[in-house]
Amino acid sequence: MNRGVVLSETSNLSVRHQWGKFFQGLFLFSTVIGLIVLGILILTVVDKTFTLVAVTNKVDPATLADRPLEELSAEELRQILRDKLRPARLRTIERDMGPIAQMGEADLTALIMAEIVKPTTRASYPLFQSLTRRAEIEAEIRKEYPDAQIYFKAWLSWDFLQRSMATNPDLAGVRQAIKGSLLIILITILFAFPIGVGAAIYLEEYADKRNRINRILQTNIENLAGVPSIIYGILGLAVFVRALAPITSGAAFGMDAGSGRTILSGGLTMALLVLPILIISSQEALRAVPNSLREASFAMGATRWQTIWHHVLPYALPGILTGTILAVSRALGETAPLILVGASSLINKDPQSVFSFFTALPFQIYNWTVRPQPEFRNIAAAAILVLLAVLLSLNATAIVLRNRLSKRL
Amino acid sequence: MEVTLNHLKRPEESAVDVSRRLQKRTRWGELFIQTFLFLCGAVSIFTTLGIVYELGKEALLFFQMPGVTLVEFFTQTEWQPTVGRFGVLPLVSATVVTTVIAMLVAVPFGLGSAIYLSEYASEKARKILKPALEVLAGIPTVVYGYFALTTVTPFLRIFFGEALNIYNMLSAGLTMGIMIIPLVASISEDALHAVPNSLREGAYAMGATRLETALQVVVPAALSGIIAGFILGFSRAIGETMIVAIAAGSGPNFTFNPLQSAETMTGYIARISGGDVAYDTPDYNSIFAIGLLLFGISLILNIISRRVSSRLREVYE
Repeated sequence: MNRGVVLSETSNLSVRHQWGKFFQGLFLFSTVIGLIVLGILILTVVDKTFTLVAVTNKVDPATLADRPLEELSAEELRQILRDKLRPARLRTIERDMGPIAQMGEADLTALIMAEIVKPTTRASYPLFQSLTRRAEIEAEIRKEYPDAQIYFKAWLSWDFLQRSMATNPDLAGVRQAIKGSLLIILITILFAFPIGVGAAIYLEEYADKRNRINRILQTNIENLAGVPSIIYGILGLAVFVRALAPITSGAAFGMDAGSGRTILSGGLTMALLVLPILIISSQEALRAVPNSLREASFAMGATRWQTIWHHVLPYALPGILTGTILAVSRALGETAPLILVGASSLINKDPQSVFSFFTALPFQIYNWTVRPQPEFRNIAAAAILVLLAVLLSLNATAIVLRNRLSKRL
Repeated sequence: MEVTLNHLKRPEESAVDVSRRLQKRTRWGELFIQTFLFLCGAVSIFTTLGIVYELGKEALLFFQMPGVTLVEFFTQTEWQPTVGRFGVLPLVSATVVTTVIAMLVAVPFGLGSAIYLSEYASEKARKILKPALEVLAGIPTVVYGYFALTTVTPFLRIFFGEALNIYNMLSAGLTMGIMIIPLVASISEDALHAVPNSLREGAYAMGATRLETALQVVVPAALSGIIAGFILGFSRAIGETMIVAIAAGSGPNFTFNPLQSAETMTGYIARISGGDVAYDTPDYNSIFAIGLLLFGISLILNIISRRVSSRLREVYE
């Protein structure tokens, strides 16, 4: 209040207006600083995704066959594997990944790259640096790694989306992570959507607000929305992974995964996490339905449920879907609960069912980010671009949906 | 009675029968649906009970372990459960430092942004800026963690040099602050927006400039909502995991120097549970004890936030 006094005592109007201009600038800056950071963040990620790399191969792929690997048939690729790998190694691979006789050309090529060619990125330079100081960098690389190939590499590529997890960043991909994330989301929606909308309908359409139990219910949901996500992870670990292990490991259904650290546990944990958000946004959507609609329906002799099902829900649906999309995008980006529930970075098989062990996109980003080798930062950046692309399109859908809704009302 | 019911009468019925037939009767289908919907709502109660029960049970086991006492837990400054050191303070200090830094960023920028959106921005600008802020809020925290480690820390090193550890609380806290701006801004903006226009018009009529109106009339009127927003941001910062797990360092360190690396409560939980932690070990049980502490803090903050926003609310008509 002190400054207030000073300001009002200043009779000079132009000084007061100058203060006004100054603060307006400050307020505008506060608003855009987030966007500036967002811009820098995206530039950083792009900068690390497309880099100038120096790559050396253990075996030159040109010596393996008379034609480039991409042109060889599956049988020729298998022959190379049989010729170049020790039988013991081949057996280990077949035990882990299935017989090579059943693999397609893409998998076989990937295998040859991983086991025989073994390309290693010796150095990688971020995009902007490479563009501005290319000659310097190339000279540096020539000095240190004379036999290295130098080229621009997009770490985010079609191959990257299709390859399996690997310990070599040059060969690692996010296929299992994407599939894991999708399955988790599927389970999350399957459980959270009906329960969330159901709870919202109960609270908005049935519950007597003066009733003590209903008030507790409402307060409780609002409190749950503020509980840190890692606490849900702990709950998931104790309940779904440990206590309900016979169900979540699939033992009760005859397909035992060995422990409860499965996609089902992850999905259920996420469902609990997004439930409060979903309930609150659905409640808002239901509250926006004009009462005249309900009254008209009652006046025609409809029961409460008929009114809800035929009149209230269709009207509130766009709002409920918007909330659901936002909840899904929250679940898609959450990492901490998955760490607790036991996502694993050592997954190189596709998830077979909801009772499979899993990895997920945000977890993979975390895992790659914390590794010391700098190349893992590059694939982490590529994975971030994938995740952001999915999330931004989800958010855009939600915003479009909401704008449509507000136009109609 | 006889007269009004005549047209509803079936040939064999008396008036009493008719009135009984038209009485409210139990519709079993409706009742079933209502019960089912109530159970949907009750899932949230079970979630809360589950959290309290599991955290409480395992935390109790933790405090029953030989060598663990409540006094030690809250007063000792060394946290190494595997070798029998159970002082939670290093984890708490790291949480406090990162949270305070985050709030130093989020409060001024969040409030400034809310004032701009509510008091200055044209309708058109608002329509663009608000969704943009929501996008910022929708970015996964693991991405912010990556950003803190690969961009913010190297940038800060320009100023602090080697004194700044590669993993440090400053970078984690600053990034967390940026992450929380949209939350604080959105709640504060709602509060500012709810202040009736007559107050602004009154101030203008008295000759106040737009700035004076905003700072001396609108903000005080919306103070309860604004403070509630700050508290929620605070609670969010305490519970945030991925940014600190990636950028603040892994290893308990009792220090208040933001340039150093230290592990927060959430960071510790994430690190310990990252491997396949074996059940019923000191490590496993300690997760629950710290989780309980975290849950308690965030619950209290949530309750305070709601109290503040309802107690201090001035009702304008």
